[in-house]
Amino acid sequence: MAEPAVLAALRHGLERIGHAAAAKVWRLGFAARFFVAVLLNSGTAFRRFHLTIREIYFAGVLSLIIILVSGLFVGMVLGLQGYDTLQRYGSSEALGILVALSLVRELGPVIAGLLFASRAGSAITAEIGLMKATEQIAAMEMMAVDPIARVVAPRFWAGVISMPLLAALFSAMGIFGGYLVGVKLIGVDEGSFWSQMQASVDVREDILNGVVKSLVFGVAVTWIAVFEGYDAPPTAEGVSGATTRTVVTSSLAILALDFVLTALMFTGGNGK
Amino acid sequence: MASAPIVEIDNVSFGYEAARPVLHGVSLRIEPGSVVGIMGQSGCGKTTLLRIIAGWLKPSAGLTRVLGESVRDLDSDGIFALRRRMGMLFQFGALFTDMTVFDNVAFQMREHTDLPPDLVSDLVMMKLEAVGLRGAAQLMPSALSGGMARRVALARAVALDPQLMLYDEPFTGLDPISLGVIARLIRTLNDSLGQTSIVVSHDVEECFGIVDYVYFVSAGRIVAQGTPQALRRSAEPFVRQFVRGETDGPIAFHYPAPDYAADMEGVGTPSALPAGPAAHG
Repeated sequence: MAEPAVLAALRHGLERIGHAAAAKVWRLGFAARFFVAVLLNSGTAFRRFHLTIREIYFAGVLSLIIILVSGLFVGMVLGLQGYDTLQRYGSSEALGILVALSLVRELGPVIAGLLFASRAGSAITAEIGLMKATEQIAAMEMMAVDPIARVVAPRFWAGVISMPLLAALFSAMGIFGGYLVGVKLIGVDEGSFWSQMQASVDVREDILNGVVKSLVFGVAVTWIAVFEGYDAPPTAEGVSGATTRTVVTSSLAILALDFVLTALMFTGGNGK
Repeated sequence: MASAPIVEIDNVSFGYEAARPVLHGVSLRIEPGSVVGIMGQSGCGKTTLLRIIAGWLKPSAGLTRVLGESVRDLDSDGIFALRRRMGMLFQFGALFTDMTVFDNVAFQMREHTDLPPDLVSDLVMMKLEAVGLRGAAQLMPSALSGGMARRVALARAVALDPQLMLYDEPFTGLDPISLGVIARLIRTLNDSLGQTSIVVSHDVEECFGIVDYVYFVSAGRIVAQGTPQALRRSAEPFVRQFVRGETDGPIAFHYPAPDYAADMEGVGTPSALPAGPAAHG
């Protein structure tokens, strides 16, 4: 009887999809409750700000090298590609605008966010996950110290504070890279490069929106990182899986959020 | 008039999953000033019992009174307030790996008190002196041996002079000298600080050497209790097997499995195997 077997397989498949979907929704709800708990327990992170400053060092300062070097090279590539395209239309002096707007609006927040997720997000997840696996989190709870307030909240706010600063530095280095290639290497007029950039980049429309993007990415990446670490199974395999999930989920979240934010910020008649 | 027990557990049952109960109707009393052992083979539910006493797990049935508080009726703030009167030594120490030995021991003092730094420093040094590690104050946990880490964790656990100390497998993985040192410290600290201690362990000789009273747990039930001397003389089969370390007895050597011959012929498949006991110890 082939038909009952097919039906059984179909039902089994649907059940598995249903279970997987329910599990995902349940975990998303748990993550949302965790996010609220972090916000409600953030007092310690600000009252004892040295805890947050320490985490800013680990998440932000130690990410500087990869952010600055990447920013420089991205800006240099933008300089080369931008000049190659613009000179076909005789607009090579607009290179400064192209480099600056590309970086400030899009590439700065997005690439800095992706690098931050890989460098700092994975480290935050691994650290919290290992603290859980080695019972440090349990020991803290046993000492009547709330680990969400003492461990998670300072890391969360450190990430939220670091991300816009890193994105700004990425963009600044990128513009410098574009300047090196466009002006110093290719010979685009230096006055045009800077003056057109200054005239066309708007503080509110471009720079502020870029800062808002990087802030949103900072919240998303750090939320995912601390949640995955806190929720990691307390085994080597569990921590490894959580670290991988942090990088993958954060990267996808950044790209999806970037589309949504770009649609809200730069279209509908107010875009440049 | 007898003093009230520090811990009173009455007919407590618990399961991580409804279909797999770990504890069944456990009752015990722990008197002030005593060192009590909870012993049994791995996976019998003794660590679960310790976690119920610490307010980590809520029993599905029964009453738990710890330090005069009904744990079931406490909210999270109440549980935290209760835990400030307890200390716990974890199986592998659970030291904070990003802090020095000094900072580990000072952790609770800095979190829960407004003591001036000089006084915190003096108190930390006193605690480290008590466990013989004052000279290791500036070392990181990664530089410590297993026995030293356990002693630092002990100094951290007693930092605020808790009334009740919980020891989760304190002898696991230690060399004989460290093992003897930890055992002596448990007894000495209990008596000198006026504490009450619960030691969860399966190490018969070391545990019997320091405890006043022992509860034996098997398959989630208290199967025997008494003083170490009385239990050494016990004719009860479980106690005899456990105390003497015999392979044959009421505790089965084999994990539940289908018929051996059928398995060897390839009839039994992993999916056909029955569910084993819960792996929570």
